[in-house]
Amino acid sequence: MNILYLLIPIGVLFLGAAIWLFIWTVRSGQYEDLEGPAYRILMDDDDPKIPGNEKKDEKQKEE
Amino acid sequence: MLNCYHCDLPVLPSTDYKVHIKGEDRPMCCPGCQAVAQAIVDNGLENFYQFRTEKSRNPQQALDDVLESLPLYDRPELQKDFVKSEAGQLRQASLILEGIVCAACVWLSERHVMSLPGVTEFRVNYSTRRATVKWDDDRIHLSDILKAITAIGYIAHPFDPSRQEKIQKQERSKALRKLAVAGLGAMQVMMLAVAMYAGEAQGMDSDLRHFMRWVSLVICMPVVFYSAATFFISAWRDLRYRQLGMDVPVSLAIGSAFLASVWATIYDTGAVYFDSVTMFTFFLLSGRYLEMMARHRAGQAAEELVRLLPVTATRVIDGLEEVVSAAELQVDDMVRIKPGETVPADGVIVEGSSSVDESLLTGESVPVTRLPGNDLIGGSVNAESPLLMRIVKVGEDTVLSSIVRLLDRAQTEKPKLAQVADRVAGWFVGIILILAGLVAFYWWQHQPEQAFWITLSVLVVTCPCALSLATPAALVAATGQLTRKGLLITRGHALETLAKATHVIFDKTGTLTHGRLKLQEVISLSGVTKTELLNIAAAVESGSEHPIARAIIEAAVDKKTASKMHATTGCGIEAEVNGKLYRVGKPDYVADLNGQTVTHDCLRQAKTVIALADESEPLALFVLNDVIREDAQETVTAIKDKGISVSLLSGDRQVVVDSVADKLGIQDALASMLPAQKLQHIQALQKRGEVVVMVGDGVNDAPVLAAAQVSIAMGEGSQIAHASADMVLLSEQLPHIVDGITMSRRTLIVIRQNLAWALVYNLVALPMAAMGLVAPWMAAIGMSLSSLLVVVNALRLTYE
Repeated sequence: MNILYLLIPIGVLFLGAAIWLFIWTVRSGQYEDLEGPAYRILMDDDDPKIPGNEKKDEKQKEE
Repeated sequence: MLNCYHCDLPVLPSTDYKVHIKGEDRPMCCPGCQAVAQAIVDNGLENFYQFRTEKSRNPQQALDDVLESLPLYDRPELQKDFVKSEAGQLRQASLILEGIVCAACVWLSERHVMSLPGVTEFRVNYSTRRATVKWDDDRIHLSDILKAITAIGYIAHPFDPSRQEKIQKQERSKALRKLAVAGLGAMQVMMLAVAMYAGEAQGMDSDLRHFMRWVSLVICMPVVFYSAATFFISAWRDLRYRQLGMDVPVSLAIGSAFLASVWATIYDTGAVYFDSVTMFTFFLLSGRYLEMMARHRAGQAAEELVRLLPVTATRVIDGLEEVVSAAELQVDDMVRIKPGETVPADGVIVEGSSSVDESLLTGESVPVTRLPGNDLIGGSVNAESPLLMRIVKVGEDTVLSSIVRLLDRAQTEKPKLAQVADRVAGWFVGIILILAGLVAFYWWQHQPEQAFWITLSVLVVTCPCALSLATPAALVAATGQLTRKGLLITRGHALETLAKATHVIFDKTGTLTHGRLKLQEVISLSGVTKTELLNIAAAVESGSEHPIARAIIEAAVDKKTASKMHATTGCGIEAEVNGKLYRVGKPDYVADLNGQTVTHDCLRQAKTVIALADESEPLALFVLNDVIREDAQETVTAIKDKGISVSLLSGDRQVVVDSVADKLGIQDALASMLPAQKLQHIQALQKRGEVVVMVGDGVNDAPVLAAAQVSIAMGEGSQIAHASADMVLLSEQLPHIVDGITMSRRTLIVIRQNLAWALVYNLVALPMAAMGLVAPWMAAIGMSLSSLLVVVNALRLTYE
């Protein structure tokens, strides 16, 4: 069981890392909008009709 | 029936508005929708129509009023309130977006605004309907950006995030960080605790146990000193003010359990309670986090109602007109007020005569005639023809400001109901502390070495976790449910108080009625069909902003064109339609055209009647009325069924008020009430011990709203009414008030059940702990289960 004397402190280090990561996500505002990003990914940004997108692929045709 | 492709309103058969979208001509209901849809297509964003999951809002009303005031936002003196300047000409502002109904709206507005030259960033937060925009002021102005947003059918107005939202954002992220530390800490400590419990049963190497205790102590430290610091600080504050709040026993339990565990760890004796300490902190923090989120969301919705939109005025200097913000006006300035505009300050008419709608201030639904030399009250709306006004009073001296002062006074005099939880908490805490003291004293006398541990387990077992979650959990669940329905709760106490309501008072105009005139009946006096008569009248009235004219135009099916229009203020309009001369207006004025006076029953009733005639004979009478909301009857009956009395207080004339009260079955109706009289009436009721709920919408209702124990403002009502109300009925559906009362009563029942459960649990656990029969793990499990039960019970409120 001696290995526990090593594994438990490592667990504590991981805990510290997890807390640090979480605090970083909070600081960077990732919990400010919980609904929007889910939809954002579905919207088509590369429609050739949008000004600025004309040069992009022509084969992306309207359905 | 064809519906508009953009906003889904019915398309009138006589109109022909179309936009080519996705390979087909799509019908549009109005020029507003057509313009918006065209703008969307022109910018290559027609995929919006494929993405969206809700129909868009009709943009029509918004366009004209808003566009005119937009250039004001470019003024530096106004921008300093909400614009942040960065390097060079880079500026940043926060916007509230109205009309965002689904995720596709976010996509549409982001694409559209980002395509403007000079805009460097535009990001919409879908949950809060807020946007941040960054732009280069050399290349584009804020007003252009706002115009672009208006062009695709949304309304954007800047707001000042530093006021409240910035603080809330910090509060939220701080709470989330504390919650994370407590949650992750609790999991780790629990893991070690389970190992130690197992070790207790199976036998464990004492060195290993000692080591695990030390590790638990290390993990527990940030939880106690960082996460739980909130409780210690507020408990200290409570004690300084000599109060016993919920945080005092919470801190006592956390503090003593932690210190005892540290002692036990260092000297390797007794029991450790690190798991209880961290779990308890985590549970309490999550309860408070949810409560805070609900509060913030309500706050955000309330902020949307208070717009930063400047009230504009057209100032005339030496014959030159310029648009300025109303705040810049001085006494003796000359101001031009066009039809449909709001009077910016108190003053006297110098030139022109018109009908003025003072319903916002007086509750009177029909506009009054104002001639040169007459007073104008700031906040009233010019309904008919242009006026030139000399300003007499600005700022603090205006009638509007005096109402605001009345409001402040009413708010401070508002009677308060003690809240259940606070009362319970007070004596619960007292009793626990006394009992803990007695237990300590008893064991000190008999077994001094056990006294500390047993007293501690008393404190941990009676840990008021369930008790302190009982009320917030129920309130959060109920508030969320009601907000989804469209009844927004802006003040915390409102739900508890609403459950105890004994008397509901309604305002008339805009609350029980729609607040605007509607055509009720057409009486044909000749052989012509009613539709035809209505069309002629609508044509004659087509140039007028008067509410009567609006009502007739709204009711007409087909629009003819009129020429040679001539209006006589306070009387009516004369115009030619298809080469024939017609008059529409007051019966006397109309009768002058052909010399024939009309007599009809409806002229003697308490209704607004206007006549139509040509040069040879009277043609028709139109009966107009401020129509009672369709759901008013049902609401009044439902409230009465709950054993609550209903009254009607209005500033309007006796006859009008009586007829509404009769129709709705309200016995107690008082008319011609000034704001101060309404206030007195409510205070008299409150002296008799009644718990009064006031439902109103106008500026004149604001002081009364503030004085009532619970006040509900209509969503379309004035800003000042919103600000003084405890709840805002955003849905404009009166039956939701009944739902609110039902929900508040259910909430109170749930709160009582929760409190009862928490007390019963404590009553059972306390004697056992006092006798020294409760092991630490039992205490921890009991605490968790009782909290869980309370939360689950509260969640019942979210199901119908």
